[in-house]
Order: sequence, then C-alpha cells, then structure tokens
Amino acid sequence: MKQTIHFKLNGEPVQIEAEPNLTLIQVLREKLELTGTKEGCGLGECGACTVLINGKAVNSCIFPVMETDGKNVITIEGLADVDGNLHPIQRSFVENGAVQCGFCTPGMVLSAKALLDETPKPTEEEIRNAIAGNLCRCTGYLQIIQAIKEASKKI
Amino acid sequence: MQDFINIGKRIPKMDAEDKVTGKAVYIQDLKVPGMLWGKILYSPHPHARILNMDTSAAERLPGVKAVLTGYNTPLIKFGFYKDNMPLKANKVCSYRDEVAAVAATDPDIAEEALGLIRVEYEILPAIFDPEDAMKEGALLIHEEHLGGKEKKPTNILNLPWRLVAGDVDEARKNSAHVAEDRFKLTWVNHCCMGTSGCVARFDLRNNLTIYSNTQIPALAQRDYTEALAAMGLEGKKARVIKTTIGGAFGSKLDTYAYEYIAILLAYKTRKPVKIIFTREEEFFATSPRQPAVIDIAQGCTKDGTFTFRDVRMVLDNGAYTSWGATTPSVMMMPISSLYKVPNVRYVAKCVYTNNTYSQAFRGYGNPQATFAIESQIDALAEMAGIDPLDFRMRNANTPGEVTPQHFNITTCGLRECIDVVAQKLDWRQNRGKRDGRGIGMASMIHVGGGARVYKSDGCGTIIKIDDFGTVNVITGATDMGQGADTVIAQIVAEELGVRVEDVIVTHTDTDICPWDVGAHASRTTFVAGNSARGASKKVKEQLLEVASRSLGENPENLDIRDRTIFSKLDPEKKSPLGKILRASHYTAGGRMVMAEHFYDPPNENLDREFKGNLSVTYAYGTHGVEVEVDKETGQVKILKYVAAHDVGRAINPMLLEGQVYGGAAMGIGYALTEQLILKNGKVINPDFRDYKILTAADVPNIEAVVIETDDPSGPFGAKGIGEPGLVPTAPAIANAIYDAVGVRIKELPITPEKVLAALKEKTK
Ligand code: FES
Ligand code: FES
Repeated sequence: MKQTIHFKLNGEPVQIEAEPNLTLIQVLREKLELTGTKEGCGLGECGACTVLINGKAVNSCIFPVMETDGKNVITIEGLADVDGNLHPIQRSFVENGAVQCGFCTPGMVLSAKALLDETPKPTEEEIRNAIAGNLCRCTGYLQIIQAIKEASKKI
Repeated sequence: MQDFINIGKRIPKMDAEDKVTGKAVYIQDLKVPGMLWGKILYSPHPHARILNMDTSAAERLPGVKAVLTGYNTPLIKFGFYKDNMPLKANKVCSYRDEVAAVAATDPDIAEEALGLIRVEYEILPAIFDPEDAMKEGALLIHEEHLGGKEKKPTNILNLPWRLVAGDVDEARKNSAHVAEDRFKLTWVNHCCMGTSGCVARFDLRNNLTIYSNTQIPALAQRDYTEALAAMGLEGKKARVIKTTIGGAFGSKLDTYAYEYIAILLAYKTRKPVKIIFTREEEFFATSPRQPAVIDIAQGCTKDGTFTFRDVRMVLDNGAYTSWGATTPSVMMMPISSLYKVPNVRYVAKCVYTNNTYSQAFRGYGNPQATFAIESQIDALAEMAGIDPLDFRMRNANTPGEVTPQHFNITTCGLRECIDVVAQKLDWRQNRGKRDGRGIGMASMIHVGGGARVYKSDGCGTIIKIDDFGTVNVITGATDMGQGADTVIAQIVAEELGVRVEDVIVTHTDTDICPWDVGAHASRTTFVAGNSARGASKKVKEQLLEVASRSLGENPENLDIRDRTIFSKLDPEKKSPLGKILRASHYTAGGRMVMAEHFYDPPNENLDREFKGNLSVTYAYGTHGVEVEVDKETGQVKILKYVAAHDVGRAINPMLLEGQVYGGAAMGIGYALTEQLILKNGKVINPDFRDYKILTAADVPNIEAVVIETDDPSGPFGAKGIGEPGLVPTAPAIANAIYDAVGVRIKELPITPEKVLAALKEKTK
C-alpha cells in the first residue's frame, strides 16, 4: 500500500506516493530522477549515496523513505544555484583535483558540507573522520582532504 | 625551460563541474525508453555438470520477457583464449559461471524470476590450487583442452612465457651471494566505485548499439561484431558509446559475459536491455588482479653488483582466460630490466583451476613481480653487507643502456628518484635501528611511451574548428577519470595558441571517434597526446594558410597566440581565430579547417624470445616509506610516504599528483589490507565491510616528487604515469617493516596476524 510523504527537497516542498518499504535512494533516483545521488553498494558501506537530512549526512541507500516525512533533504542537485554557480565546496573540489572518475564525488561533497556546516574550521583529522565513510578508489583522498581544507577557508 | 602557457599548469579536470554537481551520466543513470532489466543466475557450485534445466516457471512470471540459457542461445566464444562463453551449457567450472539470464520489465521481477529457474547439477570434484592442478593426473577443468608437445589433456595453458638472456646457471655459480625465496600474491578487486554495467539495444536493421564502461572502445567493438556474426548477424554493425566511467583501473580492458548476455537478451526481446552489477556481483563476478606463486633467486658479486635473476611463476588462471594470463608479458619487464642484471631467466605457467579468473589491473603484473624482486633485493644486500640504498644505486639503470630484454633506455631518472627518496627519509640517519620504526624503499620500471602489445599501438585524433574558434578534438582515447580529456586539451591548446576552455574533447562514441587500441599500459598521455599534437600541427598549418589570405601575409610569418592570429613581422596585422574561420566558411570557394592524425609510436612487438624494444621510453620511480610496527598487535602504521617518479614532464601537475596519490593509496591497500578471500573457489568477503580498501582516515600523507627528464619522444616531454604509482608500494612497505622489526613478510596482504606470526617465529 502506497503512502503519502511530504518533505522538503533541495528547498522545495515535495509530496510523493511511495511503497513504505522503499529506501530514499530509490525514490530519489527512480521516482524523482535525481540521479546525482550514486549507489555504490546499497548496503550502507561506501557513502556514494550520501544526502543531507536535516543537515546530517546519511546513507540514503539504507534510509527508509518514510523517515524523511517532514524533514529537510538536500541532494547534490541542491547545492549549486540555478545559474550553475557552484557551492564553494564544489568549486574547491574542482580546483584541487579532488575529482577523478567522480562516482564518489556527490557523496563526498555532501559529507564535507555536513562537516563544514557544523565545524566551519575543522582540523585535518576532523576532515578525515567526516569522510571516512565515503570510499573513493581513484584519488587516494589527499586532494579531497585538501579541497575541504581550502573550502573551509572560503566559507 | 621553455615558457608554456598551458603545459605544466594545474588545470581542473574538464568534466569536474559535471561531476561535482551530479550531472555526469554514468551507466547506472542511463535510461532508454522501453528498457528491460537483465539479471544473471550464477552457478552454486565450483565444478558441476548441468543435468537438467527448467525455466518454465520463470518464463511464466508476469513481466518476464526472456529467459536465456546456454541451451537456447548461439555459441559465442570470447576472451583472449576463446575459452569462455556468455552462458554455460553442460558444465560449470567456477562460482561465477553464468547459467541463465532473464530480461524483465523491472529489476525486482528479473530477480524473482532467477529464483524460479530450476537447475539440476551433478557436483564434480574441484581443484583450487594451481600447483595441484599442474600435476600429472589432476582432474581436468576443461577436458577438451590439450597442451604440451604430445597434445594431451592438461590444465596448463599453451602460453609459452619464457625469457632467457645470458647464462643464469653459470652466473649463479660465480655469485658471491645468492638469495632464494618464494613470494605469494593473491587476488584483489578493482573496487571501481561505479559497478559494471551496460545497456544493449538493436535498431530495426539489427545493428547493435551498446552503452558501456569500456576502456577499449575499438577492440570491444570488434568483439561485439564477432559476437553478432556468431548470432547469425554477419555484417551487422556494433556501435559503442561510453557513458561516464565510474573507475576502471584495467577492469574494463576486456569484454565480459554480462555484456554478451545483455546483447543476447536485447536481440531476443528487441528491446533495450540494461544490466547493472550489484556490489556483491562486482566482487565475485568480475576479474581481479592475477595471483601468483613466485620462486625467485637473485645473485650478486662481493661488492653488490647483480649477477643474475632467475624467476619461476605459477599463475592461477581460474576457470577461464582473460588478460590475467598475459601478465607475464609485463612481469618480464621488471624481471629483465629493473636495475642492471646481466643474466636473466623467467618462466611462467598459467594453470586452470576452479577459481575466479583474472584480468588486467593497474600495473598488469608489474606490482606482483616487483614485490618479489624489490623485497629480495633488501635480503640480498643484507647478505652482501651492503646498505640497500647503495645496492640500488650501484645497479640502477642509466640512460643509453640496452637491457637483456632489448629495451633501449633513453631518459632515465631512476638514480634521481632513489636519491630524493633517501634524502626525504633521512636514510643514513634513520635506517637499521630495529626499534619498531623502520624505513624502506623500492623502485619500479614501466613502459612510459605506450607498449606494442597488439600489432598497433596507435591512436587517432580529428580536430576541427568552428565559426567561433571553438576547437573540437575528437580522440580515440578514453577518459575514465584519470584526466585524459584535460591533458589532451592542454596539449592542443598549447600547440594551437588557444585557451584550454576553447577546447572540447569528444571521446565517447565509436561512430564518431577515431581508432585507438585502448586505455592500457599508461599510454594515453603519451600516445593520444602525441596524436593530438600531430593533429594540432596540421590544423595550425591550415589555419595559417587560410589567415594568410585575409591578412595578406605569408603563412611562415604568422603565428597564433591567445586565440589571435598575428604577423610576427607586423603586429598590427592580426585577427581573432573565429573571424578567420568565418571568413573561410562564408567565402565563395571557402574551406573548413580540419585535420586528422594517427600516431603509432616506434615501439616494437616482443619477438619469439620475448625480446624487443616494447616502448620508445620507460618510466621510473622510487617509493620510500617509514613505518611503525606495534610488536604487541602486529599493526603497521605508515608515518611517512614519499613517491618519486620520472614522468618526463608533468603536463598537469595536479592531475599527475592525483595519479600518484591514487596509485600509492591503492598500493598501500594491496600491501596491507586488501584481499579477495576465496574459500574453495567461493568469494567469502564480497562487500566493503570485509574487503578493506583504504578510507580517508587510513591513508597517510603522501609526498609526490616529480622528476622531469623531458623525454624527446613524449608530447612536450611527457611519459606515462597511470600505473607507476602502484607498482613499488608493497615492497617499499615490506622493506620498511623488515627494517623496523626484522621480519620479512612474503605474502600479501601484510596483515597484523602475519606480522605477529613472523615475530613469534623469529623469537623462537
Ligand atoms: S550506496 Fe549507500 S552506502 Fe554505498
Ligand atoms: S573519484 Fe573515483 S571513486 Fe572517487
């Protein structure tokens, strides 16, 4: 039986009808066709599917869509403004070589945002811990860490 | 040093903005109208005869559009040894054997249908140890496979890996010191963050379009065309379109059963069919790095000069054959040519087992061989009473050398690499204390100018310029995240006098892009770069000729800078590029500016003895590491990591560092944590909880040191760097562990358990 859920998605109110057993990523990618959120494992082990719910980074692949009811959801599509001006974290990822294949990138950027929103001037260790749940196979993380450091100086 | 405008600059990757905003389209994201979902049923046994199959219940499930098995599909043979087929009939030989496939309107229905397929098996005894499988009378994986001189049934593949130079036996007798060891390397998975997948569709005339993640568009196109012929579609065309690739690292250098299955399902249903692997499938049904059992002996004189290197290997081929079986062709490179070794012998055998089969993986065998060589060098140096740093320096390759495998060493920064690593680690000060902290180093050689592994090592480029001065570069190269697009744009911009943002690089479609042999052998910057540079030169000539008419100046007197063509004699005579182009297009008898260039480096195929100058230049590097080993827990902590590479020239230092960091991080995982664990042929850790790749919390800071030797054959002096960053990592760490606590671990990964066991053994 489908149920109605209301939440705020990237600043806009949305209402969807969904089977209650769906995960948030299924609704985002399949129903809403927001494919910026990536699925790397579907098991809560890689962080590619990271979105922000009420400002906290969560793995949307294991997050029941029902629990988003009444909440504020930010996906990667909600970061740059409509004119394509990148969020400072995104800009910093681009400029610091933090992106290779890019499959981990949306999740990384959102984990970084959750961190910087709460801790505007993080230490390197805080950065490393904040993205420790986001696996990246290409970069060796160092340029990602650098990008987050640089972004923290600009926000 | 020359003054460059675009070369040597830290220019962001061209598609980075699409990627940080989630706009890049990966195979996971692609939807085609009317698309069905394909799913694959795998064997539940490592070795069994298929007695009976019943797919009727699956076929009856609403939403199911096709169920295919090895019994109702044409036989397509694929893989480099042509011993694999998309769906297996009669017999399964490993847990990853595909026995049936379903196409349905929804992935859940397809999954449910798999559960309704009944297969009756007769379980056969299986064999998992390649050394057992080599023995006379061992059970046979493929009964029809014949080998050896007598053409008898055997599990040993007919691959004559054997390289001999000089007289190893004689040299051994005359050596003052000889070290002998056995090293063992196991499977590791590429762990591309985007799992494997494709979408196959046929048009009304039965031509195939396949959207895929391939690193080898032109060769894959050939494979698919052969498959079409096997399906009775002789003469039909295959078009390969690449979506954004979510990581490759060699995993996409071959075509796989799932792609042929998607093609078969699409043909059967006449609907587009998409197959996407789950992470679990990615772990057990894709081909990992080639494992190896390595017996190695190396000798030296009293003063530490190499006398010989003698290597024997047994490679677990698994049940089918992909490029893993050809890794010895690359292992030969470090075995014959890393340091000056006058006498060399190398023999390798590939043996069928009921395990998974292997593939290319960053380094292509080089990391495995280098682990054995470089680990043992420290042992040999110790026997000779020589500091391993001095040992390496004494034997280091130098420019002008011809190696036993007939490689012509041109530019070679190996000594500089060793030297800088020693300085950064404060080698003389810190080494040899055995106080739980230790330092170690290891070096590498790799092809730096492509490698002629096929008849061609070529890449084509087409360049055209539009009305507004935008430069369209259509390349055969593949960007899989490494930055080929950007490096090519920089080279073209430099040559043409435009800005990088004026250049659009297209590399995604075999109907449009020129031919290329593939993204392997760290060849793209070098080969595609030289190709792009060649095309740029031709285009520039045309541009100057066209401009000479409108500017009234001889072409020799014209040049281009920052999008403007100007006279070198009279700076007043100038015109923006776009204007020149428009004049050319809109004039009666006008012309367009466009050129193509095919670059095939002067690399040689290896001859029957596996000798020849495989690459016009070679890349070198040395990694140095300081570790701390906890004697109570066996934990290894990396305190310092230095990676020095002779890259010829850094076209884009930022992207280059990304290759080194990424390679080294992968290498640290290979050294310390990663292992695909197979228990009687079954992968028992198919997830990121149990298969440990490094996280951001684990990776040490890595200092990348770039040594520029300005290679005369490279584009603006550059050599390849895609693979080198991973090659010497594991032995550098193993050597540092030895320096810290005096134990030598000869099997990867070096887990705390192995360190503890070795420490215990030592104190006995
Ligand atoms: S896809 Fe959600 S954690 Fe991997
Ligand atoms: S950039 Fe490829 S996984 Fe992170």
